[in-house]
Amino acid sequence: MLFSKADAPHLTTSSDVQSLMLKVVYALIPGSIAMFWFFGWGVLFNLVIAISVSLIAEAAMLRLRRRPVMPALSDGSALVTACLLALALPPLAPWWLTTIASVFAIVVAKHLYGGLGFNPFNPAMVGYVVVMISFPREMTFWTLPMGVAEGWPGFIDTVSLVFGLGAADSPGIDAVTMATPIDTLKAQVNLEYDIAYVRAHRVYGELFGTVTGVGWEWINGLYLLGGIWLIRQRVIDIRLPLSFLISLVLISNFFAVFDYASYSSALFHSFSGGTMLAAFFIITDPVSASTTPKGRIIYAAGIATVTYVIRTWGGYPDGIAFAVLLMNMTVPLLDHYTRPRTYGVAERRE
Amino acid sequence: MNAADNSNIVKTEEDVWHFHGGIKLPGHKQMSTQTPIARVPASKRYVIPLNQHKGAEGEIIVATGDRVLKGQMLARPHGLISAAIHAPVSGTVIEIAEHRFPHPSALPGLCIVIENDFQSEWIERKPVAGDYINMSSHDLRTIIRDAGIVGLGGASFPTAVKQTEVGIDTLILNGVECEPYISCDDMLMRERADEIIKGLQIIAHIIRAKTCVVAIEDNKPEAITAVTSAVKHSGSSTIKVQRVSTIYPSGGERQLIKVITGKEVPVNGLPSDIHVLCHHVATSYAIYKAVFEAEPLISRIVTVTGRGVQSPQNLEVDIGTAIQDCIEFCGGYKKEAQSLIMGGPMMGLTLDTDQLPVIKSTNCLLVSAGIDITLPSSENHMPCIRCGKCVDVCPANLLPQQLYWFSGSKHYDRAIEYNLFDCIECGCCAYVCPSQIPLVQYYRHAKSDIWEQERERKKSDIARERHERRLERLEKQKQEREARLKKKREALSKNKHSRDTEMEKKKALIADALARVKKKRSKQNIKLRNTENLTAEQQQKIKEADARREQMKQQGK
Repeated sequence: MLFSKADAPHLTTSSDVQSLMLKVVYALIPGSIAMFWFFGWGVLFNLVIAISVSLIAEAAMLRLRRRPVMPALSDGSALVTACLLALALPPLAPWWLTTIASVFAIVVAKHLYGGLGFNPFNPAMVGYVVVMISFPREMTFWTLPMGVAEGWPGFIDTVSLVFGLGAADSPGIDAVTMATPIDTLKAQVNLEYDIAYVRAHRVYGELFGTVTGVGWEWINGLYLLGGIWLIRQRVIDIRLPLSFLISLVLISNFFAVFDYASYSSALFHSFSGGTMLAAFFIITDPVSASTTPKGRIIYAAGIATVTYVIRTWGGYPDGIAFAVLLMNMTVPLLDHYTRPRTYGVAERRE
Repeated sequence: MNAADNSNIVKTEEDVWHFHGGIKLPGHKQMSTQTPIARVPASKRYVIPLNQHKGAEGEIIVATGDRVLKGQMLARPHGLISAAIHAPVSGTVIEIAEHRFPHPSALPGLCIVIENDFQSEWIERKPVAGDYINMSSHDLRTIIRDAGIVGLGGASFPTAVKQTEVGIDTLILNGVECEPYISCDDMLMRERADEIIKGLQIIAHIIRAKTCVVAIEDNKPEAITAVTSAVKHSGSSTIKVQRVSTIYPSGGERQLIKVITGKEVPVNGLPSDIHVLCHHVATSYAIYKAVFEAEPLISRIVTVTGRGVQSPQNLEVDIGTAIQDCIEFCGGYKKEAQSLIMGGPMMGLTLDTDQLPVIKSTNCLLVSAGIDITLPSSENHMPCIRCGKCVDVCPANLLPQQLYWFSGSKHYDRAIEYNLFDCIECGCCAYVCPSQIPLVQYYRHAKSDIWEQERERKKSDIARERHERRLERLEKQKQEREARLKKKREALSKNKHSRDTEMEKKKALIADALARVKKKRSKQNIKLRNTENLTAEQQQKIKEADARREQMKQQGK
């Protein structure tokens, strides 16, 4: 008999940070495979580069901050950040772009703010926004999706495009890239074409597929499935994706009903771009989100609103990253004003 | 059973209210409910601590060497919130000294040690029994107080103090027993339901409750059946048995009140503020024993369980019996036994020895072994990732993760603002925390720090006040002294003046007197020397005398 001493409670759940993070990574797999299928080798390169750079950066920062390296490295948080960043970047993003984004995400957005649990901004989105603002041209290097024209370039071509090797014999970057459906639609609508016309267009029409865009509908659908699994596994709080999607649907429907020709439908908004990735994997980052139940609903609704505004009237192809960062700033305020009513505290009657 | 039989049970769970949060925990209760309650054989030595309850320690009324009888009062309640303690056996008081007993502080406290004479000789008892119905609330409260009855759910608050007869509508009898492993209330309800219901009726009589609800978690079907039939047997129409869903911590007083009534006890308030009183089933049983058998609280049911003990079961144990004896009665420890916990796995207290007595609040002795209970390491937890799982499970609807933040950074004013003191330390937040942060430890630490600061502040307030008063007093003394001096000086100067005048007067008087004398003398000058009618011979003699005087004067020079 040992008579070991400890403070209550003496029970804990089996869940830990590492298993939560790994579950997030597992839930990303189906969507990533679809993305690989539709956009080619570039997706894989992005993942490999982002993950290795992030882990090295994380280890270096931990060493510099004189923190134990292994426990923090194995918690999986840097892995999740890297995956999200890689899946948000265009598949033909040059290697240095991915590297800069990853380093910025881990070093500046995460560790300079105090590391895991202390970063006010979503690291992946900070990395994304930094390269989005600094290198807008490279951020449009989306490959032609599988099923449109000749589809994505082969392995060798992708290597040469991503790593800038033998660029002379490879097809020019313009020949294998194309704007995303959201971007195309916005550009055309800004030129006073109506949506139905754009979708039936000889050149762009091919891009839109059956529902929202070739590949995008699948990718989003699989992220949605992964997200539902995460909710069932109690990894993420259902309030965040639910509030986000409902808000996005309500806002986009409101404008679409008002002017069908120049505002995309709720379905289009929900299943294109990074909507589902954001709904279940990005805005659900607990560290930078609000922590109160009500706060989370407002936080997610705010992201949906800002996303819609940027997508529809803004100058960037997809507004999720900006929307997330903007709402990250409101978190302390949200947390303060949405405190739940403690048991036995009378409701305010004023 | 037909439908009419079940009229006392609230079958549906839809009409039960819910409290916020809570968690579902594996019960592990059947481990200790396989055999009936066993009676632990009498020991040689009993150690009975004075401090087994909330409030003041009792006043010792026996002395070392005294022979005491079973059920004899050893210490009587001292002050309003206090409880009596009694001898569990007949024997001799062999020592009144400090001994260790189960307490979070792990500090020794005053204990009365009794050596059993194995005579089992009872003190004279006069049970009130059924006559309680004609007794006043006050007299019944006195019986309960003198029987040393305290809340047996764990809080150990002196029972009689709670039993106000003013404005209580609902009496809730707590048979929820929500912590895993513990089954003493379950077994008590299964085996002694009639007594519990009689106890309930006594309490209802004291507080004049309009309705009574016995709340039992739905993982105890046998207990529900037993209590329901006991209610039927009692013929009472005001007692209802209510099934409560098994969610930890539904046995918490405030949580249970919410579940049963839908009302919340106000912050800083008492259940009586919303016309509710909550008692525990074991307390009700103890009240029955006190009223019907005149037996004070000298024994209780204790669950001995866990993977680390040979044969888990429920025991009826005399207060003061060594924990070691209880474990030995259950076959002793297994090899893999790791820690001894008094209470449940969520709120229990780890003991560093089994050489401690069973006290009134010992509901469970849980011996953990390896996998069933993990003792979290407090030092190397991960940082908080703000996942908010703690917020979802908190039964007090607090923001545990914000409280952790404020407690850890010693922003105690903010912690208080976020209702730190409404935390019931149930451990739900720490249970679900993926970073395995020992949250409750942080809160306890913060609470005791705040209490300490409060005490310090009070102390320094008192010191400051005393200092100020001292300064005031010194100032006053100084002023008084000055005033006195001034007065004296004034008096002195006045005196001088008056003395001068008096002197003058006196001088004048003296001068007057001298003048008068002179005058008189000059007047009576001739008469002064009556020598004129002298003879020549006499004159001669005077002359001679004068000459002699002159001569002596000359010689003296």
